[in-house]
This record gives sequence, structure tokens and C-alpha cells, in this order.
Amino acid sequence: MAKEHFDAVVVGAGPAGAAAAYTMAKAGLSVVLLDRGEFPGAKNMFGGIIYRHELEELIPGCTQERTFPVERHITEQRYWLLGPESVVSIGHKHERFNSEPYNAWSTFRVKFDPWLAGKAEEAGALPIYQTVATGLIRDRSGRVIGVHTDREDGDLYADVVVIADGVNSLLAEELGVHRTWRPDEVSLAVKEVIALPRETIEERFNLEGREGTTIEFLGATSQGMTGLGFLYTNRESISLGIGVMVSDLMRSGVKPYELLESVKAHPMIRRLIKGGETKEYSAHMIPEGAWRSMPKLAGDGWVICGDAAQMVNFVHREGTNLAMASGRMAGETIVEAKANGDLSAQALAAYERRVRESFVGKDLKKIQRMPEFLASQDPKQLFDGLIGALNEAAFRFFTVDSRPKAQTHKEIMQDLIQAAGGPGGLLRLAWRGWRAING
Amino acid sequence: MHVVVCVKQVPDSREIRIDPVTNTLIREGVPSIVNVFDLHGVEEAVRIKEQFPGTRVTVVSMGPKSAVAALRECISLGADEAVLVSDRAFAGADTLATSYVLSEAIRKVADQWGPVDLVICGKQTLDGDTGQVGPGIATRLKLEQLTYVERIRQIDPEARRITVERHLEDGVEVVETALPALVTVVEGINQVRRASMPGMLRAVRYEPITWTVDDFPEIDRTRIGLKGSPTVVGKAWVPEPVSRAGETLTGQDGEEGPGTPAEVARQLFDRLLATELPAQIGWAVAPVPAGDGGAGTPDGSPVNGGVA
Repeated sequence: MAKEHFDAVVVGAGPAGAAAAYTMAKAGLSVVLLDRGEFPGAKNMFGGIIYRHELEELIPGCTQERTFPVERHITEQRYWLLGPESVVSIGHKHERFNSEPYNAWSTFRVKFDPWLAGKAEEAGALPIYQTVATGLIRDRSGRVIGVHTDREDGDLYADVVVIADGVNSLLAEELGVHRTWRPDEVSLAVKEVIALPRETIEERFNLEGREGTTIEFLGATSQGMTGLGFLYTNRESISLGIGVMVSDLMRSGVKPYELLESVKAHPMIRRLIKGGETKEYSAHMIPEGAWRSMPKLAGDGWVICGDAAQMVNFVHREGTNLAMASGRMAGETIVEAKANGDLSAQALAAYERRVRESFVGKDLKKIQRMPEFLASQDPKQLFDGLIGALNEAAFRFFTVDSRPKAQTHKEIMQDLIQAAGGPGGLLRLAWRGWRAING
Repeated sequence: MHVVVCVKQVPDSREIRIDPVTNTLIREGVPSIVNVFDLHGVEEAVRIKEQFPGTRVTVVSMGPKSAVAALRECISLGADEAVLVSDRAFAGADTLATSYVLSEAIRKVADQWGPVDLVICGKQTLDGDTGQVGPGIATRLKLEQLTYVERIRQIDPEARRITVERHLEDGVEVVETALPALVTVVEGINQVRRASMPGMLRAVRYEPITWTVDDFPEIDRTRIGLKGSPTVVGKAWVPEPVSRAGETLTGQDGEEGPGTPAEVARQLFDRLLATELPAQIGWAVAPVPAGDGGAGTPDGSPVNGGVA
């Protein structure tokens, strides 16, 4: 059988792959969109937050559609610093977030992914699901000219292969652009979806109608490991989870599900999920290496997008967003290259420049020192010691007794400084932390 | 050879739930699949095509527009053409009306692409479970009818004969008959292949042919859809779950004393003898003298048990 040739084969129909396929198909390119799942998102655990801006950039007007698969629009974001039985919180709620156009929504990727891939299909991309891309096909010069799949007669040939097969990208590994991630470059997130009646959620989180709340939490819940917890309200459920560095998990020997159980038992969280029924439990790796772990993004006959290229802004919980943006930029680059009749590695390298010059690259660069900063800190001191001391300080600050305030405040400061390892330690920590989130 | 396969898109019965309040199927969120038996029918037709080059496989389905996905799956496996008979006028059909419409559709298929030698149906659907549509089509089209086929032994296109093995409750029946015939197939007939990449590509690009009621000018409109369906569902209900009190006999390791495994087994046996079970299975039980291994423990104390 004569082999068909396509303009592009996209491996992985998650947000990165779907965005790339959509962009190219819409411009009239012939595109095959491969996914290993029964349908896109079938295996996805993400119950999280997606943002309007990039979606509208990709498909104008799509967030207004009746079928846009979201749960609640986010009007309030809280940050919790947790002691073993206490919390210091800051947060922000704004009525402006409660009017269209909304900024962000909670959603389930198991619904969102098929919807987005459906857009690519409508635009003309050919969906081939339940199919694994098992390897790359190269010509004598080494140029990637297609993929092998696990189906009979399964080879697919294309001008460009878009690699968007996620955090454990087999193709990128074969290509040699990325190695197996080190345990300190990836976190393991465990999550439960806990069903609760709509009214209960609205009462507990002080919500009206389709408003939603997010809570990110740090501290005692990560049991002395570097980790970040999250709680998002869906329409009739709560997504609750925690991600911790794989290297820390290995060191501590804590089992991921035990970790989540202890999160659920924390007094500040327990009461929010009380009476809820766990509907599903899942776990997934999240790339945390940011800028410095990002591989080369384009080469001879290939580009790489999304999680497969470590594009996750863990400080601002944007992974899906960066995936879509990088997929769109890859698609745009290939469309232009095709129009210019130049699909050389040099032409595709424009994608890498595009990413690095966009918010994707700039944001990832801004937090580039974060992994290093976190690795340099003793997580026990940071997440237990310092956050614990902050909670104790708050407790004493708000406790009224016969002691003069000045004395109490002085003691509080002393304890905080001590928890940070002395006056120098606090300054160093503040300086490094500042640098870590500001490039 | 021209083989027609009838398929139906059904809700995946592995994921079906019934609304306990309204007693109706909860269809929302239940994925649709090709009725499993029909898929084996498609596979068998494709195998016939591989055996006799030049064979044409046409798939026919009656159902809503969404059944296009089911037809594409059949194309991916190697069917040549797929026809969806879809119209509001056909909706609400029972097996009588369905087999009428499908037989009319098969006549039309024969008009378009040549005489049909063999019609294959699944033995039944996963949602209706009646097994009536295949025989209904055979009757209307005056085809030889072979149900519950687990193997097609031989097809002789020259002599126009087919030999099959029918899977029956008490054995296997080998039957030979003349073509054209209709067979309904069981799951064991074959293993459905995984579609090849060219098959997948053809399927995603394929647009099934749709026939509406207007494509059947001769059809008797009183015999189709809800109007043509005399079957009435009298009542549907979910059986009340019956909670059975369990009992646990406990004992301990060892060969002697109360509660040895042998002793507990004996207690269990005595308990069973005391129920209606022996009578139900036709056991004659001789009365056991009291105190000699009757119900209860040898010393007459209550059996050590509890509700499980």
C-alpha cells in the first residue's frame, strides 16, 4: 500500500497537540492527530484551572460557546500557609472576576481535552485515537520524516512531527533531546475528586451561582517535603490534591496516598470536604524543571510542545495554558514554513524563538532559579519550620493577655528569625526566594 | 459475493445505570459502542472478503445521526460501504418495525450494489437483548436462516451453499443450506481485529451514506417507527435489593477440641441439611437421631456464629 504523506503528524491530543493540530488544520494543512487514549483526555487526571486568554487567542469566541466544558468561573483565590492545626491565609476575591469575560475556570481535562481535540477535528485534523506512536522514522540524513505506530501498516509520513506526548515523552527521549527526568525535576501530584452537593459547596465556600474558589496550600500538609497542595471547587465536587517533589518522596518514604489522606485529615481541610464521597483517585507526574530543563524545541522535521518540553509554570499553576500556547506557536510556525516552502531545521527553529520570546519563555525564565532555590533549602525548615513559626507567631499576635504588646511582638520577631536560621538566614532566604521568582 | 452486515449502535452496557427514581436508563455520559455481536459479524464479513477476493461488504444500520461513529468503526475494520437509515419517522421502532425497515434497506442495497448473498447480524443487541431482528429480516427477505452461528465452516459461491456450526445449549449443530442466507453470530465466532492504520484513515474520512424515509418511496408508513410497533413496555423496575443475613462460623486451628476445621465443616453441613436446600435438589435426608450430629454443636450449646 502506498504510504500517505501528511503535512504534519501530531503525537498526543492533549492541549498542546490539539492546539497545534487546530492551528494547522484551520490553515488548510493535512494533519493527523494521534492519541493513545480511548479518546483525548481519557487518562487525564487534571481537575484544575484553565484560563480564558490563551483559549481565546487560539479559538476566538470559544469560551462563549454553550458546550465549553467548564465547572465554575474563579472569583476567589486563596493561599494558605498551614501549621499542623492552623492556617495563615491571604486571598483575593473580586466582583470583577464574577462578570464576563471570565478570567479562569475550574474544569476536568477528561471533558476539556475531547472538546479541544474536537475543535481540531472540526477544522479538518484526522483523529486517530487508541494508537501509540512507538517511534520516529528518519531518513538517511537523520531528518524525522514520520512516526511508527502500533497499528498494522501503521507508519505515518509527514513533513513535520509535532511531539506533544506529555511529561513522559517517549519520542523526545528517542530523539535524545530529553533524558529521563531526574527526581528533582518532576513532582508527583495525587488528587481526589470528592463529590458534594452543589448547595453545600456554595455554602462552605461562600459562593453564589457558578462562582468558584481556589485554594493553594503550603506547609504542614507536605510532611516536611517540598510540595504544594490545591483545592478547587467544581460544580458538584471538589478537586483536592497535593504535589511533592519525587526526590523528596523517595527520601522520606512517604506513600503518595498516605500523604493525601493526611491532607484530607488536616483540620482546616477536613471541614471543607466533610460528608463528601471520593469519586476518583489519580496520580500524575508534573514537570517542575522550568526553563533550565527545557530541551531544544525544534529540529530537523520535528518540534516539541507542552509538558513534553517541561513547559509548566508551577509557581503560577499554568501547565495547560503553556501547553496550548506552545502548541499554537508550533502550529503557526509550521503553517508559515509551509507557506514559504522551507521546512528546514532553520525554519522550524523560529518556533523555539517564538516560545522563548513569548510569555511562555519569559515566565519560565522568570522562575528559572526556583527549582535550584527549592533544592538548596531544607524542605523541613522551609515548609515545617518557617511556616509553622509563622502560624505560632500569628497565634500569639492574636492572643490577648496581660503582656504588653511590644514585648510579645519582639518575641514573635525573634522566634521567626530563629526559625529562618538567624538574622542572616532570614535575609538570605528572602533574597534567594525573591530572586527565584524574579529570574 | 455481496455480504451485508446489520449493526446497531448501543450504549456500552458495562457502564449503564438505571435511575432509581424514574426507572429509566441513564444515557447521559454513557459511551456508545457498536453492539459487540454485530462487530463480530463485521469481522466475519471481512474475513469472507479476504477469502473470496471481489467480495463486497456493506454495513447497514438504523439509528440516530450519532450512529455515524459506529459505522465508521465498521469501515475501519474493512467494510466497503456503510449506510445509515435515519429519520424521525423510524424512531421508536420495536423489533417488528426495525426488521421491516432493515429488510427494505437491504433490498435497496441489493438494487444499488448487486444481489446480496449473505446477511450477517449479531445474535442479539446488548440493549434490547431480544434476538428477533435477524430472524425478522430473514423471514421478510425469504432467506435461509441460521442463528447462533459460532463458525462458518465453508462457503461455496459456485454451488451457492453455506455450512455453519450453530452453538446450541446442548451441543453444536452443523447445518448446510443454500445461499442467499442470513446468519446471526455469537461472540465466539472470531476475534475482532484491531483496525490497521489505512483502515483508520479511511474511516475518519468516510462519510456514511444516509437514507431517510423519503429514500423508500414504497415503504408502508404505517409499519415503521412508533406507529408500526405493537410492542408495549408494560412496566420496568429495578428489583429491590434483598439483603441476606450472613452468618459466620468460626473455629480454630488444630485437630482436637471444639471448633476444629472438621468440626466447623460438620456444623456447616448440618446447617445446610436443615434448610430447604436438600428438598430442592432432590436429596432424601434420613432423620438424624437427636444428639447425634444434629443441628448445633455436640454439647448442645449454640453454634458460635454471627451475622457477617
